[in-house]
Amino acid sequence: MIRAVKGISFELIRGETYGLVGESGCGKTTVAFGIMGYMARNGRISKGRVLFNGKDLTRMTPKNLKNIWGREISMVFQDPDSSLNPSMRVGDQLAEVLRILKGVSPERAKGKVLSLFELVQLTDPELTTTRYPHQLSGGMKQRVCIAMALALEPDLLIMDEPTTALDVTTEAVVLDIINDLKARLNIAILYITHNLGVVAKICDRVGVLYAGRLVEEASVRKLFKDPRHPYTRGLLGCIPELGETKLTRSLFSIPGSVVHPKDLPSGCPFSPRCSLFTPECEAYDPNPTEIEKGHRASCDVYEKGMNKAMGGQPQTDDRKAFQPLDDGGSEVLKVAHLRHYYPFIRAAFTGDLGRRRTEIKAVDDVSFDLKRAKTLAIVGESGCGKTTLARCIMGFLKPTSGSISLEDQDLMVPVEKRDKRTLGKITMVFQNPESTLNPKHTIGYAIGRPLELSRGLKGEPIRKEVARYLEAVNLAVDDAERYPWELSGGEKQRVAIARAFASNPKVIVCDEPTSALDVSVQASILMLLLDLQTRLGTSYLFISHDLSVVWYLSDYITVMYLGKFCEFGKTEEIFNPPNHPYTQALLSAIPIADPEAKRETLRLTGRVPSFVNPPTGCRFHTRCPRKLGKICETEEPPELEASETHKIYCHISINELMKFKPVISR
Amino acid sequence: MEKRNVVSVRSILDRCLRVVGFLRRLARSRSGLVGLLILGLWISIMLVTIFWTPHSTSDFHFASRLQPPSLKFPFGTDKFGRDVLSRVLAGCKEVILLALTGTLLAVSLGTLIGLTTGYFGKWYDEIVMRFMDIFMSFPGLLMALLVLAVLGPGWVNVIIVIGVVFSPRVARVARGAVLDIKNKEFLEAAKSRGENSFYIMGIEILPNILGPLGVEFSVRFAYSIFLSASLGFLGMGVQPPTPDWGLMVNEGRDFIKVAPWIAAFPALAIASLVISVNLLSDAIRQLAAGEI
Amino acid sequence: MLPYIFKRAVSIIISLLVASIIIFVIVQILPGDVAQMILGQYQTPETLHQLRESLGLYDPFYVRYVRWISGILKGDLGISLSITGCRIADLLLDRSRNSLLLAACASLFVIPISLLIGTIAGLKRDTWVDKMVSLTTMVAISLPEFASGIFFILIFSLTFKLLPAMSNIDTNVDLLRQFPMLILPILTLSLVILGYIARMTRASVIEVSSSNYVRTAVLMGLPTSNVIVKHILRNALLPSITVIAMNMGWLIGGIVVVESVFAFPGLGSLLLYGVMQRDVPLIQASVLFAAAAYMILNFVADLLYLFLNPRLRNP
Repeated sequence: MIRAVKGISFELIRGETYGLVGESGCGKTTVAFGIMGYMARNGRISKGRVLFNGKDLTRMTPKNLKNIWGREISMVFQDPDSSLNPSMRVGDQLAEVLRILKGVSPERAKGKVLSLFELVQLTDPELTTTRYPHQLSGGMKQRVCIAMALALEPDLLIMDEPTTALDVTTEAVVLDIINDLKARLNIAILYITHNLGVVAKICDRVGVLYAGRLVEEASVRKLFKDPRHPYTRGLLGCIPELGETKLTRSLFSIPGSVVHPKDLPSGCPFSPRCSLFTPECEAYDPNPTEIEKGHRASCDVYEKGMNKAMGGQPQTDDRKAFQPLDDGGSEVLKVAHLRHYYPFIRAAFTGDLGRRRTEIKAVDDVSFDLKRAKTLAIVGESGCGKTTLARCIMGFLKPTSGSISLEDQDLMVPVEKRDKRTLGKITMVFQNPESTLNPKHTIGYAIGRPLELSRGLKGEPIRKEVARYLEAVNLAVDDAERYPWELSGGEKQRVAIARAFASNPKVIVCDEPTSALDVSVQASILMLLLDLQTRLGTSYLFISHDLSVVWYLSDYITVMYLGKFCEFGKTEEIFNPPNHPYTQALLSAIPIADPEAKRETLRLTGRVPSFVNPPTGCRFHTRCPRKLGKICETEEPPELEASETHKIYCHISINELMKFKPVISR
Repeated sequence: MEKRNVVSVRSILDRCLRVVGFLRRLARSRSGLVGLLILGLWISIMLVTIFWTPHSTSDFHFASRLQPPSLKFPFGTDKFGRDVLSRVLAGCKEVILLALTGTLLAVSLGTLIGLTTGYFGKWYDEIVMRFMDIFMSFPGLLMALLVLAVLGPGWVNVIIVIGVVFSPRVARVARGAVLDIKNKEFLEAAKSRGENSFYIMGIEILPNILGPLGVEFSVRFAYSIFLSASLGFLGMGVQPPTPDWGLMVNEGRDFIKVAPWIAAFPALAIASLVISVNLLSDAIRQLAAGEI
Repeated sequence: MLPYIFKRAVSIIISLLVASIIIFVIVQILPGDVAQMILGQYQTPETLHQLRESLGLYDPFYVRYVRWISGILKGDLGISLSITGCRIADLLLDRSRNSLLLAACASLFVIPISLLIGTIAGLKRDTWVDKMVSLTTMVAISLPEFASGIFFILIFSLTFKLLPAMSNIDTNVDLLRQFPMLILPILTLSLVILGYIARMTRASVIEVSSSNYVRTAVLMGLPTSNVIVKHILRNALLPSITVIAMNMGWLIGGIVVVESVFAFPGLGSLLLYGVMQRDVPLIQASVLFAAAAYMILNFVADLLYLFLNPRLRNP
């Protein structure tokens, strides 16, 4: 018997969004399903009540519970792709709910569906009702799911990570819709997420979960400004604040990792990782106690120690910021006018008997330099071509034209034909820790093999080297005998980093290395990367969609859209005007973990155009909120120099761009 | 010197323990347990009959032809007075070894094809898999009969036939398993190190597809028993006087009204063997999926 | 859609052509001399030579192949060697009518029942109904047709004397009167297929039942009957089409054994006879015929799948 969740109590009020925050495995989804009474085959609520509008849901018969589902409480899930019936048109799916559960006639149901679609701001609702799920984008599908959840006018809407699978700009639109709904419909929303930035944006009150317990609860402002539980403080310390870069401070990371519910220690579950640990903490499992009105926390130690000069406060001053390596400025990687086109043969499905050959211009005339010991971040949303760019540089794909050179060696050669010296000099760290290591090989082999290949070592010397590398990434020497399934996500990623460093590379391409990790783990990986860079002078090509991580970590940033660079410059330059309109939209959309940050709202309309028929002229013109006019449709934008290092590709002049207000003001 | 001997003995012991561990896990599910028991029984019988059977399998007892089951002949006698029990027990050797060898051939060939087509892809994949598809559009028994019509009956030819008929199906499974992991990042990591194709196929990919291949092996084994028994029944398999269950059913068919035991017992034997292998494949599938 | 159908049809024709080449190649490796077989005791070096010439056996390989194929296109499948003088086309037509009857009855019987059983087992997972179904289907797929045929004969013919043990029907006599003779072969033919389709359907239903969109439907409060029919079955039964097509191929193979057990005058026993007698033209033609039947069946199944799958209909 595993107790997944313990002692949780909170209240949800109409017109309010309550955020339930926690990392993976903390039990937040269990809480959601527990409220609904929808348990897995082997789960049940052993203690406690769920009072909904006066009725106790835990005492209801399954039949009565079913009447509540949909009509009074609805749920929206994380993965919109699989949440809709693939063989029904979306309009029919919603109409089904209305007709059967509310007895609405088919004609009236159709009208109601249209109005629901308008409520969630779907463009062209009439057309959308005739579509099947596979014909819609992720953002559209999620909006359909939200519409369906609201169809029967419930009082409570539970949302389980609804925007995690969406692009940043789409997420921003959906979050706006959610905020709008709360006010219009006067419902309560329980919003479950691991993203503190999203919480800061839309939640009114927040509850923090750890290992199935509620460790803190407060209004959103209070929580971010004055957290009272060591875990909350740790979490917030992991996230770079607005404007913080590696030169300002190190990120805090919570030591250890999340424990499985069956291995919890007695007493406070956070004690093994807590810097305020005292032997008393093992004695009992604390419940949240009221600190001030509307603010509860379940750590006595902190409260008692508050007066003692922030005793052991796990925050900033602990570690020094990073010293930048001397800007010797030698170029390590040089990419010039790189293009990667590939033919796209349209399947003879859509009615044309012939095969139409169009070209997909995945990477279209991209140029940049990367200097020694510097980090260049490539930012863009999914499908912008950044992964294709990385794969061209690594040699997995053959570029169509242009040049890539690593110091003096030509990298336009596919990886199979590169010679041994070149091979070790550029390596990659991948996104998904679950598939980055071969499950059938030991950790020692994973790190040892590149050592063997690049230095020709065998046997005992390799074992010694592997041990050294494991220590350098903060892993135990014994881990060499282990298999990947025995390690956590963060540990696997460390192994991947050790593997990438094994051949002493000059450049490491990091493809979203922390996107799949929990916030606390993310911080430790970023710190590790920075540490190794400072020690060894390696350059990083850091690909990401997370602007706050990029702001913290990189020296240079470039923003990519549909295969082209929109803007390129030093980090400080990117976050202030002048900016490309797309950069501004991105800056306006990213969730920032600060409820008081003021931001301009710049929302992009329409869908990302497909690569198959890219817009002519400036590729961004179909969605650009600052489109000038015809010129944007016909001519490619010129390169504007805002400074020696800052380049923008836009038709609007630099002076005009300077006039726009900065998106983020502090 | 000493060290090496100790190490090799230990590694053999390790492997034995791993096999035992594997069997124990299989036995945890009900179907696995029953399957193991029945198959284990037949394998023991097979080992025993190499040296001894109650009566000779080929001796005629003309005085006691077509006798119903009795103390002397627990399964009765056939038209030549041969002891049915001994023939059934001895026949298990033929069936198991034939099916096993054939399956090994099919799985090796199929894995080779599936691994290479899945990995290399492009025109090689297209052509070979199209070819395999056409091969599979012949129902198994038909293809087997076609090839045996050419080669003639006999146990070697049956093994060849099993290999030919089943390797396309195994190739499909292997190829599917390769495609499942083809985009995994550890393979890209290997490519970025400049590893050659043989290394990637043999050392990176192959260990990861052993799971689905193991399940496929057990499924094919059941099919092979099925196929070789059917071929035996049609007279195209092992030739008399070697005891073959399918052949025995065929011979007994003419006497079904007067001496049903001649056909019934071999049929039951086949049924029990195939059921046990099917139960085991189910258990292996559950094991591979992590359900037990 | 239309271009897709066209493409598939072309691909089938090519496959058939390749299949015919494969068959021809395999069979032509046959050791043993056709001419010798025909003349038997009356062979002399001269008559052998004459016969070989008239049969065109001295011609190169590809010429003989083209001759065979062009014959097929004209409807002439050659002359049987073992059933002397008979036109193979006539033989095939005659026998395949019988086998088609058997196969059609078996399919009509098996498909609805197995789908039903599989669905019920999948919906009532882990109950005693499900466990019973799992057990019986396991036994069903483990019995080779000849074994189950023998058992059926033992039970229904000998013990209970309900049905005849042999099925040597005569097509000139009224079929309806002879129907009892068909029951056991149909049952035997159906058993293995019933097991497979039921198991696959059960697995598909279980998988779909645990999908996210079914969860959405349930948590919206939709009544169970709706959830089952519109959400579960609609998506779970689609893959069954492919499984059924595959099993029909199995049926074509199984028919050989069943016809042998029950002495049924069909295509399968014809083929078997041809193999035993090394009747090359007969073997070639019947195997090609069976392969063609299977390919056409698959084509129809493909079309059906295409038509029913919204993803393929509206890309």
